Amino acid sequence: MNKDFIQEEILRASGVNPKKCMKCGKCSATCPAYDEMEYHPHQFVSMVENGDIEPLLSSESLYKCLSCFACIDRCPRGVEPAKLVEAVRLAVVRQQDKNHLTANDIPALLDDETPQQLLVSAFRKYTK
Amino acid sequence: MKVSYFPGCTLKNKARDLDEYARKSAERLGITLEEIPDWQCCGGVFTTAKGEIATKLSSVRALKYAAEKEQPLVSVCSACHNVIKQTNYAMKTDSDFAKKVNNYMAEETPYNGETQVHHYLEMLRDLVGFDALKEKVVNALSGKKIAAYYGCLLLRPNSVMQMDDPENPKVMENFIKAIGADPVVYAMRNECCGGYISLESPEFAKSKSNAVIENAKAQGAEMIITACPLCKYNLIKNGADIPVVYFTEVLAEALGVKEDTNE
Repeated sequence: MNKDFIQEEILRASGVNPKKCMKCGKCSATCPAYDEMEYHPHQFVSMVENGDIEPLLSSESLYKCLSCFACIDRCPRGVEPAKLVEAVRLAVVRQQDKNHLTANDIPALLDDETPQQLLVSAFRKYTK
Repeated sequence: MKVSYFPGCTLKNKARDLDEYARKSAERLGITLEEIPDWQCCGGVFTTAKGEIATKLSSVRALKYAAEKEQPLVSVCSACHNVIKQTNYAMKTDSDFAKKVNNYMAEETPYNGETQVHHYLEMLRDLVGFDALKEKVVNALSGKKIAAYYGCLLLRPNSVMQMDDPENPKVMENFIKAIGADPVVYAMRNECCGGYISLESPEFAKSKSNAVIENAKAQGAEMIITACPLCKYNLIKNGADIPVVYFTEVLAEALGVKEDTNE
């Protein structure tokens, strides 16, 4: 993907202005998925700002965000990092054959109590 | 009073008790939950990206139905409420999004976020009132130490959800008081249980859920209540050794309608 185009597309789709970030790190400090991530929420903000998006596109970090909205609510500058994570993830899963989860994966992951909400949420986040 | 009710997919399957107790309790409190006919799954999580139109249409259809009935829209599941409320906010505040949705739906009258969207807990607080609820209690859960687990979706993003103070919420604690029990306040009550990550990273979800359970127990909780089927699943699956139940179950118990319910 063209580098300038992908940056423009992610900024447009997320509605985020990364220049507002004052680098306090609160988004990463409050992120429940911090320990699981290769790139943390504050790094998504600076990497998108710098157009350094290629590493994010291939990172498993895209699928670790829990959509808990903690970084969105607790950012003192209203940057809303999770919206960038979402926009980058969509840029990936919208491509042909780039779904992170398929229906064939599901039977092995179920137990007797799995709520429908778990499946629809995972598909909404991981699949197009 | 009648309200439009969006139950959601899980309440028709794994969380039937959440739905049944909610309906019975509402009737006892003078409110009829009128199920929206042909409602469609909300999708479970709200997609924040601006180009996402199709994933929000099911919420818009439910909202428009309620608008035509001139009723508020009520849901019980935290996820349904979050998705529908955020979609409604987008229809009200993002004119470009609303225009695209209305253009696609091609209805005679456009929809622009007119419907009032309430979670069932807000219905109890704002439409019934906790004092009125207290008067209807026939089986007070006196002395029971109950920890409210809010999780993420009821409270955040606060600019949209506007349910309560997102860092120091009170609505569930006040609900617990109204049914005669003692609320247990603990730090992790508005932190994430792991959500949908339990599908592919059960260990990751376990660490998140355990932190919630241990914190509630350390503060003396004998029971945890929640409005979210996924929170309940994650907490129980990850070793909760105190009961984790839907808030509607203790409500039905306090109102004396629990035994009428077919589980």
